[in-house]
Amino acid sequence: MAKKKELHIIVTVKQVPDTHEVRIDPKTNSLIREGVPSIVNPEDRNAVEEALSLREKHGGTVTVITMGPPQAEEALTEVLAMGVDRAVLLTDRAFAGADTLVTAFTLSQAIRKLEPCQLILCGRQAIDGDTAQVGPQLAGFLNLPQVTYAAGLTLKDNALTVERSLEDCIEKVRVNLPALVTVTAEINQPRYPSLFNVQDACGGKQLTIWRAKDLPVPHEMLGLSASPTWVKKIFAPEQGKKGTVIPGSEKEMVKILLEKLKELNFIQ
Amino acid sequence: MEEKPHKKKKPRGKARLIAGKCIACGARCQTACPADAIEMNEQGEPIIDIEKCIGCHKCVKVCPASALEMVFTPEEEKLLTEMAVKSIIEEDEAEQKKADANIKSWRGVWVFVEQSDSKAHPVSWELLGVGRTLAQDLGVELSAFVLGSKIGGLADEAFAYNADKVYFIDDPLLAQYRTETYLQGALSLIRKYKPEIVLIGATGLGRDLAGAVATEMRTGLTADCTGLTIDKNRHLLEQTRPAFGGNIMATILTEKVRPQMASVRPHVMPKPEMQPGRSGPVIVEPFLLPADQIKSAVLEITPLLTEGSINIGAAHVIISGGRGMLNPDNFKMLFELSDLLGGVVGCSRSAVDAGWMLHERQVGQTGKTVRPKLYIACGISGAIQHLVGMQDSDYIIAINKDKNAPIFEVAHLGIVGDVFDVIPALIDKLRTSGARTVS
Repeated sequence: MAKKKELHIIVTVKQVPDTHEVRIDPKTNSLIREGVPSIVNPEDRNAVEEALSLREKHGGTVTVITMGPPQAEEALTEVLAMGVDRAVLLTDRAFAGADTLVTAFTLSQAIRKLEPCQLILCGRQAIDGDTAQVGPQLAGFLNLPQVTYAAGLTLKDNALTVERSLEDCIEKVRVNLPALVTVTAEINQPRYPSLFNVQDACGGKQLTIWRAKDLPVPHEMLGLSASPTWVKKIFAPEQGKKGTVIPGSEKEMVKILLEKLKELNFIQ
Repeated sequence: MEEKPHKKKKPRGKARLIAGKCIACGARCQTACPADAIEMNEQGEPIIDIEKCIGCHKCVKVCPASALEMVFTPEEEKLLTEMAVKSIIEEDEAEQKKADANIKSWRGVWVFVEQSDSKAHPVSWELLGVGRTLAQDLGVELSAFVLGSKIGGLADEAFAYNADKVYFIDDPLLAQYRTETYLQGALSLIRKYKPEIVLIGATGLGRDLAGAVATEMRTGLTADCTGLTIDKNRHLLEQTRPAFGGNIMATILTEKVRPQMASVRPHVMPKPEMQPGRSGPVIVEPFLLPADQIKSAVLEITPLLTEGSINIGAAHVIISGGRGMLNPDNFKMLFELSDLLGGVVGCSRSAVDAGWMLHERQVGQTGKTVRPKLYIACGISGAIQHLVGMQDSDYIIAINKDKNAPIFEVAHLGIVGDVFDVIPALIDKLRTSGARTVS
């Protein structure tokens, strides 16, 4: 007699530079990275939190997976300290330079290797790229229904009720598991890593590292060479008028404001 | 036969990092190196072992920041100039021909017209505007494609906004957006008619759909482009977008796969002039997924209007007030202005702490982080906790009496003046000039 399937939730996370700290050196036109801290992408922490609170209510296990350079292990240590059961780091030269499509493909190959899961949670988007593409693309590769922009979710009888936060409405959607859901920052307040879990996390027992050879795909399907998009060039944005202050009479100010609103295409 | 001795003689040089130009893109050069000559240091910059370097140029070609160059000895330099770059040009031409053969069957620029209840989202027309330029530069047709139920009325509008041709799938099953049904509809059109470029508005719906379509087509998708141009020599779409929170811009190509897909946020491209009376062919295709085969896991959709629960995070225009508004009554003028500009009213923490506004409207570290197209800060001094919540807005206008207020540090346009003079005067002008919001 088959026993009831235990809930297994997989969460994808990304280690990102804290973009508020990233600035351009106006002389060399390059990114100033010194002292820029790496953080777990904020909305990915919301996804981890949601998985943990679902586990608290329904039991089961939570696995977190990330792809990145070896130092992305720090991000996994942090989420292990939040209380996830297991973490997988995909790191290999062969993975480097992947665009969103190939990143999603690579993650899907790793997820297929893990125990079957009922739910995949992703942050809506990462703050370094803001594309919001990897979630939907991962759903595509895994043939799962996708529900994006979740601002609230409840699980009952193998079905999720998700409140989707859209531009002008909250849309309530019900979806049967298995499914992939991307969450927004509104969904919860992520817990802090706990010292108790930190000790566990540092033991390294729950951390698995997979390289390209651990995935059942040839190298040609991974990384930069397999990616359809290609960054031709990177350059500093045109300097905005930050700091330009217009004094003058009220009439002049309003005139400038109106012209600006027209120029920016907000009124016609 | 002649090539071989040439290649042996030809100096290949060694790769070298140009100091200060590496952006730590994620070890593209290391990945590209066939000779294992590149290691990455802790800053993510390459260390090149010139003993191992075979001078293949691969790292140089792959570097998005042009941070790598080839260096030659003076003797090598001389030899190089003697040997014209003929062989390289030939190589490039051969590569070009091969790629062209694969992709030339894809033609035309397509724009997805997003609609709900048969009403088009204005971003669709903005995309037809930029699509017109792209189509002209490529010498191809500009088409609109629409999925939905009872959408026939949108054809005339699409033609008026530049479309040469309109593709429809009109089916009751498409009345409400679902990823699965819209994905199938879009795929059937794209696979049959093979457009070289597909543009989609980066709305909630558009981003949901674009990712799914690109995955099934196994093609590139560039999100939130702020610039779209054509490389006329290579007939390629140049997709420029901000990265790292807008601190850097990247131009991205999808060279070898079709369609080239890009999304653009609302208000980024100007809406074109309407040209009533334009017309063209309408091609109607059936929706091929029978109802009983839709495994759609979406069982129930209940749209809720945001009455009482305002979502300032999704707004494109935010008019925010702070302590300088002095009392809750004065916020009325901000609501008036936000109505005129099609936006919402936000506020600083002081306004919430004072009990003037509800927390749901608060922008900042302890409130919402927002990135609207336009942020107007009225009587907000700009405490750091407020700035971190709004400094990534595309355009920031600050109105404050104190010319030393920190808000002016992040404002694109700073108005040193009294909000109680400027705002009413602006409202008055907006009303009397008959200006109306674009969206």
